[in-house]
Amino acid sequence: MLCQECNERPATVHLTKIINGEKTILHLCDKCAHEKGEVFMMHGGAGFSINNLLAGLLNMESAFHTAQNTPFYQQSEPHCENCSMTYQQFVKIGHFGCPHCYEAFKDHLKPLLRRLHSGSLVHSGKIPKRMGGSIHIRKSIEELKLVLKEAVSKEEFEKAAEIRDQIKYLESQLDGYFQEGGN
Amino acid sequence: MSIERFLNQALSSWMSAEGPESDIVLSSRVRLARNISNYRFPTLFSSEEAKEIIDKVYNSVKNKVFPGIGELELLIMDDLQPLQKRVLVEKHLISPNLVDHATHGAVLLSENEEISIMINEEDHFRIQCLYPGLQISEALKTANAIDDVIEEYLDYAFDEKIGYLTSCPTNVGTGLRASVMMHLPGLVLTQQINGIIPAINRLGLVVRGIYGEGSEALGNIFQVSNQITLGKSEEDIVTELQSVVNQLIAQERGARENLAKTSSIQLEDRVFRSYGILSNCRIIESKEAASCLSDVRLGIDMGYIKNISRNILNELMIITQPGFLQQYAGGPLRPNERDVRRATLIRERLKMEN
Ligand SMILES: [Zn+2]
Ligand SMILES: [Zn+2]
Repeated sequence: MLCQECNERPATVHLTKIINGEKTILHLCDKCAHEKGEVFMMHGGAGFSINNLLAGLLNMESAFHTAQNTPFYQQSEPHCENCSMTYQQFVKIGHFGCPHCYEAFKDHLKPLLRRLHSGSLVHSGKIPKRMGGSIHIRKSIEELKLVLKEAVSKEEFEKAAEIRDQIKYLESQLDGYFQEGGN
Repeated sequence: MSIERFLNQALSSWMSAEGPESDIVLSSRVRLARNISNYRFPTLFSSEEAKEIIDKVYNSVKNKVFPGIGELELLIMDDLQPLQKRVLVEKHLISPNLVDHATHGAVLLSENEEISIMINEEDHFRIQCLYPGLQISEALKTANAIDDVIEEYLDYAFDEKIGYLTSCPTNVGTGLRASVMMHLPGLVLTQQINGIIPAINRLGLVVRGIYGEGSEALGNIFQVSNQITLGKSEEDIVTELQSVVNQLIAQERGARENLAKTSSIQLEDRVFRSYGILSNCRIIESKEAASCLSDVRLGIDMGYIKNISRNILNELMIITQPGFLQQYAGGPLRPNERDVRRATLIRERLKMEN
């Protein structure tokens, strides 16, 4: 098979490209494969795995950062204070060293997470029960505000007033949290 | 070992019981990835940390009787024989990763094997709930209940903004992977599946064969699961998966009806030929076995074959894998010996039906 890019040399590299979940396979020669600067990953015989996909994304991320974001003079690599994993190590293995790595690599992670999870970066699922009531209260307030909006738009003013009272109550609880120094 | 006794020991409830939409959906699985704060992930943790994690997780569920589940039993990977571990993998109770790459791996198992908690694989632990048929929400409910119990004792690695922190960024947020195993012979025979898979991928879900390598799906068995774990609630993830699965069920049923209308005799012929092979073979490779099992199962679902229970597909796909065959034989087998064993096991299992 000839390389799809130059149609000259034999295709030796088979790349899977993923954009928004759409997969295309490209057959390229070594030279053209190197010249392509997009999101690529090696396509082995056994198909692609999520880890390959991830490694591809991460490598692109790191290339991106070296090229554009990291000023020349600032050579010190980002690393996690807690487990001392460096960002380069993370890119290589695709796994974090400890929970603190997320905070340590925060700025680098956003584009990656956005790509992996189709855009959203904010957790909207379960919250551990003991994880401080304040999170739960804030979530409830958000939810109630939506209900309130709906009630108002449907002109259900009695219901809306009730909800507003609930929100006020929760907000007063939230104040209590901060005064007591809770989380 | 007699086949009855072997089956008694071998079968988990999700393989032998029937659930909703059992003619197409074989099983539903929910997995929650969780980590304990102030411990490094298995990527970097020390032996001491690993052992402490096993203790902590075990202690959080020890002596607890979960309603409808019972107590959980702890199995330490290093204490098991290679064959025992392989069988656990073949039953989908642990991952190949836990066997091959984990240090200080362990698993907590419920008696009916619907619940398994893998410890020290990629994350500190992963709660898995595996039910027969289409029961994703039920599986999520059970997994959540177990998660709540463990969370009373352990401080989780959790961030208010990005949720449950996991070793791999593909799981962060809910840590939830929900998947449904489906038998889709109608969509394969009518060649609709090739168009359907990319369409489902575009929705942020993944479809793949679970037996066989690469793109082939042995036994026409496919797994549909969510890919996105961040930014959606558990309920939304499950609802979206459920709605895609419902569409697939409708399409599969439509394909089967079409086949019955347009090529009934060809289909019947195919089903009974496969039944003939399975009941008479003396040597059979896993690929041929899977394809014949799928035909026979379709024949049962469409009423061509009567008096055979549906779950033989599920059962025999599992127990004709190499680990199980060797356990049934009571020792290691070379590949050609496995093919002979596989044939014997299938014939004997079919005889039990008559
Ligand atoms: Zn080229
Ligand atoms: Zn770290």
